[in-house]
Formats: sequence, C-alpha cells, structure tokens
Amino acid sequence: MTESTNNWLAACRVEDAVENGGVCVKHGEEQIALFYFTRRNEWYATQNECPHKKQMALSRGMIGSITDEPKVACPFHKKTFSLNTGECLSGDECAIKTYPVKVENGTVYVGTVPKS
Amino acid sequence: MKEPQIIVIGNGMVGYKFCEKLRSKTSSFNLIVFGEEPRRAYDRVHLSEYFNGKTADDLSLSTENWYQEQNITLFLNNPVVKIDREQQKVYTGNGLDYTYDILVFATGSGAFVPNIPGIEKEGVFVYRTIEDLDLISAYAKKAKTASVIGGGLLGLEAAKALIDLGIDKTNIIEFAPRLMPRQIDAAGSDMLKSKLTDLGLQIHLNKNTSNIEGEGKITALKFSDDTSLEADMLVISAGIKPRDELAKACGIEVGARGGIVVDEKMQTSDPAIFAIGECALFEGMIYGLVAPGYEMAEVLATNLCAGNKSFSSFDMSTKLKLIGIDVASFGDNFITEPDCRTIIFENKHKGVYKRINVSNDGQYLLGGILIGDASAYNMLLQTAINKIALPEDPEELILGARGGSEPAGAGITSLPDSALICSCEGVSKGDICASVTDGGCENIDDVKKCTKAGTGCGGCMPMVKDLLNHTLKSQGKYIKNVICEHFNYSRQELYDLIHIHELKSYDEVLTALGENDGCEVCKPLVSSILASLWNEMILKKGNDVAQDSNDRFLANIQKGGSYSVVPRIPGGEITPEKLIVIGEVAKKYNLYTKITGGQRIDLFGAHLNDLPVIWEELIAAGFESGHAYGKGLRTVKSCVGSTWCRFGLHDSVSFAIRIEERYRGIRAPHKFKSAVSGCIRECAEAQSKDFGIIATEKGWNLYVCGNGGSKPQHALLLATDLDSETCIKYIDRFLMFYIRTADPLTRTATWLNKMEGGIDYLRNVIVNDSLGMAKQWEHEIEKLISSYKCEWKEAVENPAIRKRFSHFVNAPEEKDPSIEFVEMRGQKRTAEWKIV
Ligand SMILES: Cc1cc2nc3c(=O)[nH]c(=O)nc-3n(C[C@H](O)[C@H](O)[C@H](O)COP(=O)(O)OP(=O)(O)OC[C@H]3O[C@@H](n4cnc5c(N)ncnc54)[C@H](O)[C@@H]3O)c2cc1C
Ligand code: SF4
Ligand code: SF4
Ligand code: FES
Repeated sequence: MTESTNNWLAACRVEDAVENGGVCVKHGEEQIALFYFTRRNEWYATQNECPHKKQMALSRGMIGSITDEPKVACPFHKKTFSLNTGECLSGDECAIKTYPVKVENGTVYVGTVPKS
Repeated sequence: MKEPQIIVIGNGMVGYKFCEKLRSKTSSFNLIVFGEEPRRAYDRVHLSEYFNGKTADDLSLSTENWYQEQNITLFLNNPVVKIDREQQKVYTGNGLDYTYDILVFATGSGAFVPNIPGIEKEGVFVYRTIEDLDLISAYAKKAKTASVIGGGLLGLEAAKALIDLGIDKTNIIEFAPRLMPRQIDAAGSDMLKSKLTDLGLQIHLNKNTSNIEGEGKITALKFSDDTSLEADMLVISAGIKPRDELAKACGIEVGARGGIVVDEKMQTSDPAIFAIGECALFEGMIYGLVAPGYEMAEVLATNLCAGNKSFSSFDMSTKLKLIGIDVASFGDNFITEPDCRTIIFENKHKGVYKRINVSNDGQYLLGGILIGDASAYNMLLQTAINKIALPEDPEELILGARGGSEPAGAGITSLPDSALICSCEGVSKGDICASVTDGGCENIDDVKKCTKAGTGCGGCMPMVKDLLNHTLKSQGKYIKNVICEHFNYSRQELYDLIHIHELKSYDEVLTALGENDGCEVCKPLVSSILASLWNEMILKKGNDVAQDSNDRFLANIQKGGSYSVVPRIPGGEITPEKLIVIGEVAKKYNLYTKITGGQRIDLFGAHLNDLPVIWEELIAAGFESGHAYGKGLRTVKSCVGSTWCRFGLHDSVSFAIRIEERYRGIRAPHKFKSAVSGCIRECAEAQSKDFGIIATEKGWNLYVCGNGGSKPQHALLLATDLDSETCIKYIDRFLMFYIRTADPLTRTATWLNKMEGGIDYLRNVIVNDSLGMAKQWEHEIEKLISSYKCEWKEAVENPAIRKRFSHFVNAPEEKDPSIEFVEMRGQKRTAEWKIV
C-alpha cells in the first residue's frame, strides 16, 4: 500500500496530541493509538488494543526506546512493542498492527490501512 | 553408514534431561522418544505450583520446537506396550513399531497405591501428573473434607495443596509413629506436627487405614483401631512404585520390590538396554529425587559418547519446599550416640528444632535435621559433604544464624572449588566462580544461563547469589545497580545528581544525565525522584507522560481498562455525612464499592472520562486524593484506642490522623503504610507496616520496616516509650533516609534486609544521628510537607490537565465502548480477561 492510496483519517490537531505520549483515535468501531514522539520528532500509530489480554490500553502506555528502536509499553503488564514494526519486544509471539501517519497544515492524519 | 538408533521410553524429567545432555555432546544417533503423557516433559518437582497460578506451559522443561531443533523425534500420548529383545523392536499403543540399537528406560515411577478395600471408589486420587491435579481441583470444588494417606514429603505437599484449594478440613494419615519417617526423628516430627496444625492440617499418626467407605464414592475412612474419619476425597501418597512392568514382561532383571536392576553404567541385564531415573534400581535402592536421576542421565550420555563415567551412591539430602515451614535433612541424619555426638537445639515457642550429628572426634559434620529454620541448610550440607573441619564449638553452626543479618558469604570462602553447589545440574563452586571470572557473568541471570546452576529445584539459589557477589567483589568489581540502558547510574546517584543540578522535569533529566529516549523503567523512576525532591504537581511540565499509567491518570487502572477512585480517609475515621456522599457518588456514576484493607473505601469501575467530575463532587464534600495510585503513603490504620476501647492507653486515632496528614502525598521508592494501635493488643496490626506505632504506659513504641504482601515480614522495634514529638521526628528521619537511599521499587523491609548492619545500624542512624544527617533530613521533609497540595484538586481546576481525561482525542465526549461489566451480588464487576 503506498501512501497516496491509503485512506487518510483526520485524527486531531498537532496541539491536541500528547507530547512524548499517546492519544486514542476513534475510527468507526476501531481504536487506534497515536503517538507523538516529540523527542525524536516522529509520529507513530498502532492498534490501541494490547494483544496480551486484549485491553484497549496502548495509547496510555509509556513510550521510549531500546537501543534505537522506538517502543511502547502496555500499562497493564508492561509488554513492549516496536512502534516501527509492531513486533512484541518482550519475547512473546504476538504483534500489533501499525499505521502510517502524516501531518499537513497542523492536522495529523492516520492511514487506516495498516502497514503490511 | 546409518546412524545408530536410540529409543527412549518415557518423556519425564530424567528422559528429557538425557536428551538434552546427549544432544549437548553429539548430534549423531537417531533419537526417538516415546511418552505416555499427553504433553512434553515438565517440571514435576514444582508440580504443586500448578495450583498457585503456574500453567502447564510455565512448567514445561522445553519450548515447543526444541525437540525438532535438536533433531529428536518425539511421540506423545503414545506409550510403548511391548518389547521384542530378539528383534530389538518396540511396539507402541498406537500400533507403531521401531527398531533400536540402544534402548533407554526412563519410565519413572507411579504412585504406590496400597490394596485397601474400596480404593477404586470415586473421589480417590494420586498426585503425580498434571492430569491428576486437574482431576483433584475439579473434585475439590464440591468437597468439604479431605484426607491424604501418607505423611512423607509428597503427602505433606499434597495436603498443603488441598488447603490452598479451599478445603479447610484436611487430614494427614500416617502409618508410622512420626511424620516424614525417612527424613526426620521423633522430636523433629513433633515440632513439624505442631507447625502443620497451625496451618490448619489435622495429623493422625499410627493409623492403619482398613477400609474406604461410601456408596460408589468415598465418604469416610475406617482404621484398624475401629475409629473412622469423614472424607469427601482422598489423595494417596503412600510412596512410589517404579514403572518396571514393561521391563519385567520382556524378561529383564527387576528387583524383588520393584525397579529395573542397573549397574554403575546404568546398564540392565540386557547389554543393549539401559535404565535411568526413578525406574532404575541401583545397589538395591530407588532414587526418588531428580538430582540423582539427572546424574544417571549424565553418566549414560557420557558413556554413549565414548566417555567413561560411573554412577555411585548419591546424597539424598532434601529440603521440603512447603510454603511457610522449613524442613530439611542432610547427610547421615539418623546416626545416634555412641557412633557420633549429637547436638540439639530446640525452641518450642518459635517452633524451631535443629539437630546436628558430629563425628566423635569433633572434626566433621555427619548430618542433621532442621525444622522451622533451614536457612543454614545449604551451608551445613556443604560442610558435611566436603568434610570441612568444624570450628571448636560446633553448636555455633546452628545457633549462629539467628535471623536478619546472616554473615553473607562468610562460610562460602571455606568451600573447596569442587564443592557441588547445584546438585540438580551438577554445578560446582569452581564452575560458578569461573563463570564470573572467565565467563564475564555479572548477574544472577548470566550465571544461570552460563552454568545452568539453579535451574533445577532452585534450592541452591541463595548460595549461587552469595558466590556471585563474593567473586565480583574479590575481583574489585563494584556491584552497581544501573537503572536501565538510558541512565548509567544507581537510583541513589541519580537522586543526588538531580538534586545538585536542580532538574525539574523528566526531559531535562534525560537530556542532562541520560541518553537516547528513555523507557518504561527510567521514566517512572525519575518521576518518583522528582516528586520526592520537589513535590510539584506530577502532571505538569510534560511529566504526565513519564508517569506510570496510574500516576498519569491519578487513579489505578483496573482489569478491563476502567479506573478506581480512593479518597483519603485519614486514620479510617469518617463522618456519616461523608459516608453518604461516597454512597451517592457511587450510585450516580455506577461504581462498585468495597472497604479496603487500609480502612477506606475503594470505588471501582469509573470511566476515564468520568474521573474529573467524580473528583469534583468528592472534593466539594471535603475529600482529597488518597494517593492509592502513587508510590507514597497509603494509609495509616488505627484502632479506636483510649477514646472508646476499655484497654486503650492513648488516643491512637488522633495520632494516626496526625501522621496520615503529615506524610500524605510524599512520593517514595515504593508505597508505604502505617498504623497506630492503642495498646499492646495491637488491633491495628502496626507491626505489619512500614512504620507502626503502639501505645505503651509511657508513650509510643516505634516499629519499622514491616510489610504484608507476598513475603510478610514483621516490623522491628526501633525505639521505645517515645513522646509524640520525638516519635514524629524519628519517622521524619526514617522516611528521608529511605527515600534517599532505597533502590527503585524496594519496600522498606527489603531495604532493611539489604542494609549492612541491619536494624542496629538503622537505629544508630535514626536515633543517634550517626551520619550527621538528621537536621538536613528534618528540614527536607518539612519542605515536602509544607508544599503538599491535593493533586486531584489541581487536576480538575487546570483545563490543560483536565483535557487529558478523555478516551478519544477525536470524540472527547465518548467513553471507551470496549469496557464491559457484569452483575454480581447486586453490584457490577469487571468482565473477565478476554483472553487467558
Ligand atoms: C508432587 C511431587 C513433588 C516432588 N518434589 C520433589 C522435590 O522437591 N525434589 C526432588 O528431587 N524430587 C521431587 N519429586 C520427584 C521427582 O519429580 C522425580 O524424581 C522425577 O520426576 C523423576 O524423573 P523420571 O524421569 O525418572 O520420572 P517421571 O518424571 O515420572 O517420568 C517418567 C515418564 O515416563 C512415562 N512412561 C512410563 N511408562 C511409559 C511407557 N511404557 N511408555 C512411554 N512412557 C512411559 C510416564 O508417563 C512419565 O511421563 C517430586 C515428585 C512429585 C510427584
Ligand atoms: S489495640 Fe488496644 S486500644 Fe486498640 S482496640 Fe485493640 S485493645 Fe483497644
Ligand atoms: S492481592 Fe492485590 S494484586 Fe493480588 S488480586 Fe488481590 S488486590 Fe490484586
Ligand atoms: S494487557 Fe497489555 S501487557 Fe497485559
């Protein structure tokens, strides 16, 4: 899926996003976690549901890095996931979906088709 | 040429260990394993933990792919049923047949079931496999009384499990006149019996079960002395019976009382066939423990790879892993005078019994028994096995280790390098030290990975840790607990640096003192230090995202994603008006209410979006945050004391309120709790708190560093008969010392346990001001106290912070639709995890 053909959802204004943290975006029945990694000047989006115990929680997790890999830690049991690839970094098999993000004129858009 | 083919019968602990050992030495041999159980080999030694939350997967000894990766063909649920020794062939229950060049029996043993009339009835179980445990726990749901036949190691473990399953009336029936007849003597058995009785178990000795009564299912046990005992279920644990039936059927020599006869190479009477583990009979003896079984596996694997090892009799020392009671026996435990000199220490009050048997010349330790306190077990065992010369007064060995400040590592230096520390995996002291000096191991996980020490029964872990620390120290390595990859400092160093540089936000700290982007370990830790130092509103200056979720939303996140609300109720005292407000708020926002263990009221099931309005209403009625979400002061429990109680010496409620209001909101490395009791009857349980206060005729006694939780520990007496002002002064100093020096997430009890010099040192620092810090600490805590503000009040009044209490950024009014509740006893509760 290339950027231009994705369906872009206007999620929020830049100033509504939480610096160095996450917010949750409603997309129909789905929930998407949107992270503004200000320290690295990067945006990420993933599914909001933590696959471990299926909790809608990742947007409330702490973000950070391991070596250089950006990650989010679920607030429930501190499983961590790569924000880049969605891979679980705590040794579990589960992975999360990640979505593309772009910012135009102060509005943050999330591509609602997951990255492969 | 075709690889020779090895067939292993049995995929239990020893069969698995044999595969692992063989494959670590060679990749030749076709290796085929037949297991009768439906799952891969698991840790039977820790089977009982299955009842305490461990899953079958947790207990498994290998990962699912391990056998494939190791090129081993594994058949599960597929017992071998026949062996043709002429053709060198095995036949399985599923109709397969395979030829072997070498055949290995690792069939273990089954429970020995005595031939009591009625034994076939429903409700009678054995305790050996995960399936047995599943059956037992299902049946236990409808049972009120239970019995265990057999008062040995396994019987006691089974009985404890039944209690944990909620059967209050659990009986142990033992044929012999004492418990654990093979490990401990009569005096030890008496002591153990009284301890088990305290746990709620009924012990019946000298009892011979003659009949199991009931129509179809068990209802009672009848004994040969014509007495009887009600029982809804029964677990048989009367010993083990080697699984030698297959060997016997194909004509291999077996012992008269069971067991496949092997020589020191584990070879049976058929040179192509070997036996290892609990099915093997060596010199007339079955070894019913894993460690000797693993050694047999090692002997056989080595010899198959052209090595030359022999099995010789093995030390059968044991330590019971019953939670709460230490029992151990080692070496020659039953030898008596005149063949040795026996030293016995007994303290009935504390329930401690220790016996050591010393050689007549006083030179060596031969063996012993420990009940109630087995902390010295590892060291004594090593002293006996390695024939280490005893000190002049051998009684020091059992009297020396009195609680708390054990001379860590004092004894381990005297052990020879050959001393076997981990007998399950056969790891010596030399191996462990070398893993540190040559292998570069720096922490316990490294050592475990590198040497495998401690990965079996785990009993040797304290010694492995001591050896690690000792070796690190002797190498001049400073044992430093750095926080994570982003900060190369210990908590204490970071605390001082943040203080000196006057840093106020996580981002500043990371930029000034750390590297990269931080993580979920250092963020809450730094936030906690910032709060302890400056006591500023924790959600300001971008610090909200560096807080644990609970701190970030000033509420505890609960299963399902809702939050709980806990207003402070100082000392547990509350007016009827305020009670009504709590009730009304709970009704209005549909919250589940429960009284907490700390004498306040917890309101569960709040939506994130509702938190600010709920708190607005509570604050208007005079409540403030209870900080149940933060690492800081929780509650100060109290009894009514002299205001109502006829025994009360002082007004414990007023003092509790004063203390709770003094320290509320102060952040620390971990949560801390307190209580005040009005007299020595201790109704407020002050001695289980981080600091607890008990009224005396002359003032207050102050206790410190206790806690409940998973590893309860009693608080220790710090000072006696204090007036209120002095008591508070000491608590001030104590708290600041703790806040400044404790490792992250360390409760006061653990902090004290690690402190060199223990409580005496602490007393010297607090009471005698031996560090000269008292004035500074008192000043610092005064600053924290005077800057206290209710966080919730600030949060609801600050629009920027308040805005964060909504679930969807693009639909701020909508609540999280994924949160589900179900009804229970007229209230709601959260729905179960959607996945288990
Ligand atoms: C509750 C409990 C607590 C224990 N606690 C301790 C302890 O604290 N310390 C200690 O050292 N030991 C302890 N033990 C003993 C320890 O578990 C055993 O010594 C160890 O499991 C023996 O290993 P094994 O491989 O010889 O036998 P097992 O682990 O019993 O394995 C034998 C396997 O062979 C299978 N088998 C049998 N016949 C066939 C066949 N014909 N075809 C295919 N498969 C077959 C069996 O089903 C079984 O899976 C405990 C045991 C129990 C039950
Ligand atoms: S601790 Fe003493 S004063 Fe307090 S309630 Fe109990 S008996 Fe009464
Ligand atoms: S003991 Fe504490 S952590 Fe465990 S379930 Fe109860 S409340 Fe939760
Ligand atoms: S629910 Fe996310 S880690 Fe458990």
